[in-house]
Amino acid sequence: MVNFIIDGKKIKAEKGTMVLEAARSNGIDIPTLCAHESVSRSGACRLCVVEAKKGKRAKIVTSCLYPVEEGIIIETNNERVMNVRRLVLQLLLARCPESDVIQDLAKQLGVDPQPRFTPDGDKGKCILCRSCIRVCEEVVGVSAIGFSCRGADKAIGTPFSEDSAVCIGCGACAFICPTGHIEMETTEETRKIWGRTFKMKSCAVCGRYFAPEDQLKYISKKTGVPMKELAVCTNCR
Amino acid sequence: MKKISTLDDLKSAGDKGMKSLFPRGVKIVVGMATSGIASGADKVYEALQSAIKKRKLPFTLTKTGSMGMDFIEPLVEVIEKDKPRVAYGKMTADKVPQLIGQIVKGAIDKIKPIYRVDEEDIIAKREKKHYLTGIVPEYLQDIPTMYEVPFYKKQVKIATRNCGIIDPESIEEYIARGGYLSLHKALTAMSAEGIIEDVIKSGLRGRGGGGFPTGTKWQSCRRAHGDIKYVICNGDEGDPGAYMDRSVMEGDPHSVIEGMIIGAYAVGAQEGYIYVRNEYPLAVANLTKAIADARSSCLLGKNILGTSFNFDIKISKGAGAFVCGESTALMASLEGKAGEPRAKYIHTVEHGLWDRPTNLNNVETWANVPVIISRGGKWFSEIGVPHSTGTKVFSLVGKINNIGLVEVPMGIPLKDIVYDIGGGIPGGKKFKAVQTGGPSGGCIPATMMNLSVDFDALWEAGSMMGSGGMIVMDEKTCMVDLARYFIEFLVSESCGKCTPCREGVRRMNDILHDICAGKGKVGDVEMLEAMAIGIKDGSLCALGGSAPNPVLSTIKYFRAEYDAHIKQKRCPAAVCRALIKYEISAKKCTGCTVCAKKCPSACISGVKKKAHKIDQTKCIKCGICMESCKFNAITVK
Ligand SMILES: Cc1cc2nc3c(=O)[nH]c(=O)nc-3n(C[C@H](O)[C@H](O)[C@H](O)COP(=O)(O)O)c2cc1C
Ligand code: SF4
Ligand code: SF4
Ligand code: FES
Repeated sequence: MVNFIIDGKKIKAEKGTMVLEAARSNGIDIPTLCAHESVSRSGACRLCVVEAKKGKRAKIVTSCLYPVEEGIIIETNNERVMNVRRLVLQLLLARCPESDVIQDLAKQLGVDPQPRFTPDGDKGKCILCRSCIRVCEEVVGVSAIGFSCRGADKAIGTPFSEDSAVCIGCGACAFICPTGHIEMETTEETRKIWGRTFKMKSCAVCGRYFAPEDQLKYISKKTGVPMKELAVCTNCR
Repeated sequence: MKKISTLDDLKSAGDKGMKSLFPRGVKIVVGMATSGIASGADKVYEALQSAIKKRKLPFTLTKTGSMGMDFIEPLVEVIEKDKPRVAYGKMTADKVPQLIGQIVKGAIDKIKPIYRVDEEDIIAKREKKHYLTGIVPEYLQDIPTMYEVPFYKKQVKIATRNCGIIDPESIEEYIARGGYLSLHKALTAMSAEGIIEDVIKSGLRGRGGGGFPTGTKWQSCRRAHGDIKYVICNGDEGDPGAYMDRSVMEGDPHSVIEGMIIGAYAVGAQEGYIYVRNEYPLAVANLTKAIADARSSCLLGKNILGTSFNFDIKISKGAGAFVCGESTALMASLEGKAGEPRAKYIHTVEHGLWDRPTNLNNVETWANVPVIISRGGKWFSEIGVPHSTGTKVFSLVGKINNIGLVEVPMGIPLKDIVYDIGGGIPGGKKFKAVQTGGPSGGCIPATMMNLSVDFDALWEAGSMMGSGGMIVMDEKTCMVDLARYFIEFLVSESCGKCTPCREGVRRMNDILHDICAGKGKVGDVEMLEAMAIGIKDGSLCALGGSAPNPVLSTIKYFRAEYDAHIKQKRCPAAVCRALIKYEISAKKCTGCTVCAKKCPSACISGVKKKAHKIDQTKCIKCGICMESCKFNAITVK
C-alpha cells in the first residue's frame, strides 16, 4: 500500500493505482475527457491535470496516467491546475464550438469562451481524444480508423479517407466518442458509418434488426462460433 | 579487415593510421562534409584528382570531415613530410593548377594559406604529434598557426576532436588518434560500475537538449531489471540550422560507435540503434561503413576485443519530423509506430524500446565518452564550469561573419563566441540578440553579452542550451517577427497529440500574426504570457513544454517592441510589412529613375531628374526600390 495526500486528505492505495482512480474512490472528482475505462490511456486531452508535490518540486501531471507514490502531495484544483484546465477548455471550445459536451463541461467548471480565439468551423466535434481509435484497435480488434496528418491538421478517419475494407460497422467508435463527432445512422435494415453502408441482420427469433452482418461474420471468424448461432439477438438467446 | 583482439593489434592498426595521417610524401586533404560539398568541395576534389593524374605526381588525395570553418569552405589542407600542415580556404577548381604548382615549387604564390599546423594535440591520447621537424620554412613564417586564428583560439575540441582531421572512412586513422583504446581500457581494466562512476565524476550532461546527467542515466539503466537492454544514439537533429550532430556522424563516426559500445557495456545492453535523420545521407553512409569496419575488426559483434562482451549496432533512418527527436517519440518510431511522445512517468531507462530498459543519448554525448574514459572523469570535470563541465558544440549561424561549427568550453562568455570566434556582425550593423536552444529556446539580448554559456545560466536567462543551435541577430531583426517565425515552426511540428500544444501554440501564433499585421490589441502581451504558463504546464512533452519560450524571452527583453507594434502600430526594426512605409526623400532623390524601373508593382512615379514619389496605396513593401537606390534617398520606417 502507498500512503499519500490528495487535497489535504490522507489516502492509501494499492501500488500502481493512478491518481485519478485514487481520487475518485475517495470522493474527489477530477474532470476527464480521454480516459475511458474500456481503452488504454494516452494522456491526450490534459483536462485531468493535477499538481504533484514531491519534496520541494511541484509539477503538473495528468492524473489519469500518474501512478501514486509514497508521500506525494496532490492538489486537484489549485490555481495552477485550474489555469491549465481553463486553457484546455477554452482551446477546445474554440476548436469545437458546436460541441454541447464541451460547452456543458466548461459551464460546470465556470470557464467562459476566450473571445481572442476565433472559433474553428472545420473540425466538427472531434477533440482528438483517440478513444475511438483505441476501442477499434484494442477492443474490436480491426483497426479500421486512425489519424491522418499532424498538429492542428490531425484528423480522425479511415486510411486515406477511403471506404474501409476492414470496418465491420459495429459502431463502437461512435458509442465511445465523448462528443458525438462520429456520424452513424442506423435504420431498420442498414447502418451507415465511415462512408459505408452495412446491411443489418434481423434476429431469427424476434425479427428485430440487431447487428450488421459483417460484424457477425467477424465475430464468427474470430470466436469460431458458427454464424447460425449468432443469428439470434441477445434478448432472444 | 584484420581482426583486433589485443592491445598489440590496436597498436599496429594505429601505426598504419599514423602513416596515413603523417605521410612521407605529399598528401592533399579535402573537407568533404555536407557543408564542404555544398560550397563545391566535390568539384575541387575532382580537379585535384585529375591534376595529380595529369602531372603524374606522387601525391595522395583523401577526404575528411568538417573543421567547422564554413565561411571559408571549400577547405583544402596540404601535408608534407617534416613541414607544417597548411590549410587553404575558399578553394575552387580553377585555383587547383596554381595550388599544385605552389606545392611542387615549395613556395607561396597567389594562393595564400589561412593557417598552418605545426603540431597536433591528440586529446584522446594525451599526446602531441609533430608535422614540423626543425624550423618553419621561410615561406610559411608569416602564416598564423591554427591556434592563433581567432576562430580557433578559444575553441577546445573534444567531441569534434577528429572532425576535419581524419578520413572518416578510415578506422586506422581513428585508432591512430587514440580510438578504441578507451574501449580496450573499459573492457579489460574497468568494471561496469567503475565506468559509470567515472562518467558521473566527469559531470557530463546530455548534449541533446535536456542536460540530464549522463552517468546517472546509465546507472538507472544498469539497475533496471531485465536481461535485454538497449542503447540508442539520437541523431535526429531536427532544429533548423543546427548541424553539430551531422558533423560528428559524418566526420568521426567511430567516436559515436566507440562511445556506444562503452555505454552498452556499462549498462548491460546487447543491442544498439543509431536513429539518424533521413536528410543526412552522408552521415548514414559513413556510419554504415564504420559499423561494417568495426564489425569485421571484431570491435562490434561477438567477443569484442577478445572478451565475453557481445554488442552490435543497427542504423535506423528517421521519419523526418522534429518531434521524432524526443526520446519516447523516437522509440515509438523505432518500433514502427507513429512518432508521438508518451508520458514519461514511467522512465525509459526502465521501460523504453519494446518495453525494455533503454539508455538513449545524443550523438555529441556519445562522442565525448571515449575521451572521458581515456583521460578520466576528473580531467573532464575540470574543463568548463562546475555544473556544466566539458565543452559544447554550437552551430553559429545568422548575422555573423564566421558562420560555422565551434566547440567551446562551457562557461565561455557569450561575447567571446559572437565577437572573437564569430568575428562580429557583418556590414557594420549592431548586434541585437542570440537565439540559443533552437526554435523553442529563447533569445539573449546584447545587453547580456557577458552571460556564461552554460546549462544553468542560459536557463536562468529564460533560454536554454538545447542541442547547440546559435542564431545571431542584428538590429534589422524584429523580435516580434522572430517569435512569430519560431512559433510558426513549432505549430507545424507539433505532433498534435495533446490539447495545449496542438491548439494553444497555434492560437499564440494567431495573436503574433495579428500583432505583426498591426491588428494587435492592448492586453495581447499579457494574454500570451498567461497562455504560455498553461501550455508549458499542461503539455505532454517538452516540445509543447518549451514552445512558448521564444515568445516569453522576447517579451522579457524586448517588451517595448511589442508595445510599439500594438500601441503605435509601428515596427521599430522596419520588418513587419503591414507597419512600414517606404518613402523617397525629395532632397536626396536625383531623379535617376532606377527605382521606378525596378519596382515590381510599378508604383513609383516621377519625371527624369526630378524627385520621385511612391504611391503608398499600391506599394507591396518589398524594399527593392531601397536596395536599388544609389543615393540613399529611400528610407523605411
Ligand atoms: C521536440 C523535441 C525534439 C528533440 N530532438 C532531439 C534531437 O534531435 N536530438 C537529440 O539528441 N535530442 C533531442 N531531444 C531531446 C531528447 O528527448 C533526449 O532528451 C536526448 O536525446 C537525450 O540524450 P542526452 O541525455 O544525451 O542529451 C528532443 C526533445 C524534444 C522535446
Ligand atoms: S472522433 Fe470522438 S472518440 Fe474519436 S478522437 Fe474524435 S472525439 Fe475522440
Ligand atoms: S506537447 Fe506537442 S509534440 Fe508533445 S505530445 Fe503534445 S502535441 Fe505532441
Ligand atoms: S483524461 Fe487524462 S489526459 Fe485526458
